[in-house]
Parts: sequence; C-alpha cells; structure tokens
Amino acid sequence: MALLKVEGLGKSYTSDKKILKNINLEINPGEFVSIIGPSGAGKSTFLRCINRMVEFNEGKITFNQQDVGSLNKRELRRMRTNIGMVFQHYNLVPRLTVIENVLHGRFGYKTTMQGILGRYTEEEKERAFELLEKLGIQEHAYKRCDQLSGGQQQRVGICRALIQEPKLVLCDEPIASLDPNSSKIIMDHLKAITTELGITCLVNLHQVDVAQNYSDRIIGLNQGEIVFEGASHQLSEEQIHKIYGTKTKELIIA
Amino acid sequence: MNEKAMRKNRWQSVIFLLIIIVLTYWSSFITQFNFWDGLVTIPEATGWMLSNLSITQDSLERLPKIMETLVETIFMSIAATTLAAAVSLFLGLFGSNTTKVNSFLSVFARFVASVSRNIPVVAWSLILLISFGQNSVTGFLALFVGTVGFLTRAFMESMDEVGQSSVEALTATGATYFQIVSKAVIPQCLPQMLSWILFMIETNIRSATLVGILTGTGIGYTFDMYYKTLNYNAVGLVTLCIVIAVILVDLISNYIRKVIL
Ligand SMILES: Nc1ncnc2c1ncn2[C@@H]1O[C@H](COP(=O)(O)OP(=O)(O)O)[C@@H](O)[C@H]1O
Ligand SMILES: [Mg+2]
Repeated sequence: MALLKVEGLGKSYTSDKKILKNINLEINPGEFVSIIGPSGAGKSTFLRCINRMVEFNEGKITFNQQDVGSLNKRELRRMRTNIGMVFQHYNLVPRLTVIENVLHGRFGYKTTMQGILGRYTEEEKERAFELLEKLGIQEHAYKRCDQLSGGQQQRVGICRALIQEPKLVLCDEPIASLDPNSSKIIMDHLKAITTELGITCLVNLHQVDVAQNYSDRIIGLNQGEIVFEGASHQLSEEQIHKIYGTKTKELIIA
Repeated sequence: MNEKAMRKNRWQSVIFLLIIIVLTYWSSFITQFNFWDGLVTIPEATGWMLSNLSITQDSLERLPKIMETLVETIFMSIAATTLAAAVSLFLGLFGSNTTKVNSFLSVFARFVASVSRNIPVVAWSLILLISFGQNSVTGFLALFVGTVGFLTRAFMESMDEVGQSSVEALTATGATYFQIVSKAVIPQCLPQMLSWILFMIETNIRSATLVGILTGTGIGYTFDMYYKTLNYNAVGLVTLCIVIAVILVDLISNYIRKVIL
C-alpha cells in the first residue's frame, strides 16, 4: 500500500502558465526518492502541494489513506504533523536556542495555549536531546541558532522534522547552501532516517551524482512534467540530458 | 565612464544647492520674514529670558505642585504608549506580509496606521477636544491615537523583516497561527519592538506638554496657567523640570536599549 499517491496533479499560480502538469506518482513506505530537474522545473512547488503549503488546482493527492485536498483546517493540521519538512535555508528561528527550535516540531500536537506557554513534556525534552545526540550536535543545545554553521543548522532542521514523528520527510534542496563536506553529513543523516527509522524521504536535489548515490528511485522533472522515473542505475547520460536538456541548450546559445 | 558619472553627480549637487537657495529667498519673500531683523532681536530676547525666567525663591515653593503634574504627565505618556503598543501589535500582525491573516484586515491595518500617523498629534488634540472637551481623557487619547499609527507602522516593518522562512517551517509542522506568531515572529523582532516603544515614550513625554496646553491637563496645563498669569519665574521652573525629565527618560531608555539589544 502506497504511503503517498499523486494522481493527475496540476498547479498554476497564474492563469497563463501551468507550473505542474499531470503528475502521477506513488511512493511506498521506507523509500528514499529524489526529484531532480533544472531550477524552475517546479520541484519546490510539487513538494509544497503534498502538505498543502501551496494549494493545487487539479488532481488528487492521497497521503496515508487520506484525501489531502479535501481536508479542513483542523484535519490539515493533523496531517501535517505526519509530514516533516527540511528547507534549503534551514528556516530556523535564529535568535532562539537549538533545543527550542527542535521542540517547535511538537506544536502540531499541542493546543495553541500550550504552544504559546512553551509547555513540553519530559518525554518530549528527552526525545529532543536524543535526536540532537543522534545528529551529533548535543553540545550546541543551548546555543543560539545563528551561532551555528550551515551544516549544523541543517541538522537542527532535521531534528525539528524528526521530533514530529513523521511518516514522510520532504526535503527541499537540503544541501544546496552547504559545502561538500557538510553536504555528505546531511545526506548520510537523511539516508539513515529511512534505513534506521523507516521514515520515507522525498528529496529535491540539484546534484545528479548525489541523487544517484543515495536514492532508491529518481524522478526527473522538466517544465512541470515527469520526464524520467526509475532506479538510480537506470538513469543514463541521455536521460540526464533529457531532464536538463532544454536548459543546457539555452545556456549554450546564450 | 566613471568620470562622467562623477561629473554628472557634481552637477546634480550644484543644481540642487541652487534650487534650495532660490526656494529660501522666495519663501522668505512671500512670508515677508526678514532674516536680519530676526537675528538682531536675539540678544535682546536672550536678555529678557535671563532676567524674567530665572528661578526665584517664590517659584521654588511651587515645585511640589509642579512635580506632581509632571509625574502625572509622564505616567499618562507611558500608559498611552503601552496601551497603543498592545493595539499596534495586533494591527502590525494583520498588516505585515509575514503574518497577515487576509487581505481585508491587512488593508484595514495599513489604513488605520496611515490615517493616525499622518495627522499630527496637535491636530488630534484639537479634533478630540471638540468631542471630549477639556479633560485628561482627551490628552490621553490624542497621544494614544498618534502612537498607534507610528507603532503599527514600525511593528509592521520589523515583522516584515523577520521574513517568511521560519513561519513557513512552523506552518508545515502543523503549528497554529498564534503559536507561530508567539514563537517564530515575536522572538525575532522583540528587541526592535521594545526599542520603538521606548522611543515613543520619549516622544510622547515631549509632546505631552504641548498636548497638555491644548487639552488642559498635566504639566502643559501648569505651564499654560503660569504663563497666562504672567508668572514667568514659575514658567522658567516648569520648563527646567520638563527638560530634566526628558533628559532623564532619555538616559534611562538608552540604558534599557543597551541591555536588551
Ligand atoms: N508563489 C509563486 N507565485 C507565482 N509563481 C511562482 C511562485 N512560486 C514559484 N513560481 C514559479 O513556478 C515555477 C517553478 O518554481 P519552483 O517550484 O520554485 O521550481 P524549482 O524548485 O524546481 O526551482 C517558476 O517558474 C516560478 O517562477
Ligand atoms: Mg526550488
């Protein structure tokens, strides 16, 4: 049974341009799937349709046996607790400490008042420290996030997603702002999430080689359409050209 | 290329300077303000001020009464500012692009801010005077309304600066609006917001004197009363008290600013 099922998904921000066209996709529990494609292909938009950070116009998304499009506000909030999200720019609250930022991931399970007062249970706090330790940044727990390096901030972002106890983690270019060393650490951690915790990962990536190294399956997106879908080893030079093709040609001409 | 730009720049400043000189002459011509005549009266006026506004034994006896109204004025300014800050917090949230609820409330907040900010506090005093009469509520409201406009605008900009990123992240975890506001937006702009509130308290203590003269409350009323009864020594003392109070408040708020920033 698929964890995520996308049928005929279509999205446009303005009436004159369709950003996503007829996307069909199934993702099974425990899979590590990468989406690659040139910038502007619609990768970020697609990821945000899944947890309705962006409202889609056509088609149907089923997550965890629920019809995502038909959820009301309360149900949507409930569903979002099951989907963690990791961002290119980490999207932490820079003036707050690492541990506070991690615990933000619990808001979805709390009433507004509990959240405002910062009431966390002992188990939640313990879990937060466990996760920090697992990601190797426990000694920074009480530092402000703006004092951390990019790679460390991204690990805080991953902790915040994991403390949600999600079934799926969406990562939007998690390593695009990082140096090669930190990138490898982050990708290894993301891979460990699927292999050790069994959490499904859907990752937007810029780098084809990284996608090939880590993914069970790769999806190539170009101008809002899926132009490739298959295992890493099935991705040939020719297909890479097809995914990035139009863009590189344009670049050469320009 | 670079040299050309520099030369163009120099020409621009020369033209700008010329325009200012012409405007100055023209406006002094149409208002019939004679700069030199004005300048000549300065020594004379200074002499008058020194001899008439000096503080005497007689005026010192009025000090307790003056202090009482001064303290009253300071507290009114603080109360008007903090209440305005509470209102502005919500208007700022509705108006800022980071935290806006819907576009109707956003336009509404911006409209309120713009109206109350663009009418000077003296004009507000006069407008409110018509409906509320000469009492302390009028003075309070005048300061309050002007402050709401200014703080809403300032808060809105601070919140805009926080940006969408952490708000987006918390929305994706399933957090509610007020959880996001209290844990992602406010912590990020709190130092700036406190700094603006302190600034407005300073400003309001200064304007409270003027507002008091118009609405018959606080230190402004005391000033006005002595002024109209020609008790210039007392006027001098009141002025001195106001100056000292403003300097003190300045020092205190600068200290607080240093601590929070
Ligand atoms: N909020 C938005 N409003 C209008 N157009 C948008 C918005 N977000 C993205 N787009 C457009 O959608 C297209 C795809 O963007 P995006 O999903 O960010 O692509 P990618 O992540 O693959 O680079 C781009 O052409 C972009 O200009
Ligand atoms: Mg993107």
